Amino acid sequence: MRELSLNILDIVTNSIEAQATRVILAIEELSSDNIFRIRIRDNGRGMSEEMTRKVLDPFVTSRTTRSVGMGLPMLNQQAMMSGGSVTIKSTLGVGTLVTAEFKNNNLNRAPLGNIADTVVNLVIGSLDVHFYYIHKTNQGRFCFDSYWMLGRAAEQDCSLYDLVVPAKETIRKNLLSIHSRG
Amino acid sequence: MKTLADLRAIKEKAKAEMATREKNARFRITVAMGTCGIAAGARDTMSAIIDELNKRNIQDAIVTQTGCLGYCDQEPLIQIAQADKQTISYGKVSPEVARKIIAEHIVNGKVVADYVFNLS
Repeated sequence: MRELSLNILDIVTNSIEAQATRVILAIEELSSDNIFRIRIRDNGRGMSEEMTRKVLDPFVTSRTTRSVGMGLPMLNQQAMMSGGSVTIKSTLGVGTLVTAEFKNNNLNRAPLGNIADTVVNLVIGSLDVHFYYIHKTNQGRFCFDSYWMLGRAAEQDCSLYDLVVPAKETIRKNLLSIHSRG
Repeated sequence: MKTLADLRAIKEKAKAEMATREKNARFRITVAMGTCGIAAGARDTMSAIIDELNKRNIQDAIVTQTGCLGYCDQEPLIQIAQADKQTISYGKVSPEVARKIIAEHIVNGKVVADYVFNLS
């Protein structure tokens, strides 16, 4: 994947396939500690201990349409290439937490890319799922809650699609403001 | 400042509205968003679909996502379901092709034969 935001879309799609109703995406870019960390927590069906151990292996998947699963292995490979790692904690019936950690300044760390498209498309594509996205840098933090979009659509009596462009712009503007060097 | 109760009310209202929208939708467009789809550009395809629906003010189509459908070589893959009609699958749907499919299939009711992919 060219952008980490595409890996994120991929991992969150696993959460949705696992019947999650709530997904929390936390991105921390801490240049002070040279850490770029992505955490995805869901309340999906979770995995057994054995599956959790094996899931970074590309030849392991829960899917029935094909016998290989590349999502987590690819994220793991990208993390390892930049001096980081992926850890997975999962409990059956409770949910899963995927943590991908990268060395922030490593040249092999892919850029985050278009996270606004990832997040807003997820909201539109899975209206039953509550998404909460929090982004932290040394300059500040911001949150984006999918209920904000649903709430505005209800308040203004407009289509959710009308809010796609404003929502993406809000995310981009907020990201800029916590990346500015004052 | 809104209270928690206000937010809950907004949420419930929004959910009810979404449920109605879903029930009244004539078309259900599903974008395959597995690893294969994403790697082939499914995110941009979905963005193009949402943008085109919005531009044309199409209110009776909803867009959802799903995982891998098992035809990775055909990605990005989308499916258009319509009540009382056969679900049509389209393969290799770039953003440009997606806009064409919205114009032809959703607006004009004509299947875009060049990109139809037979799942069987």
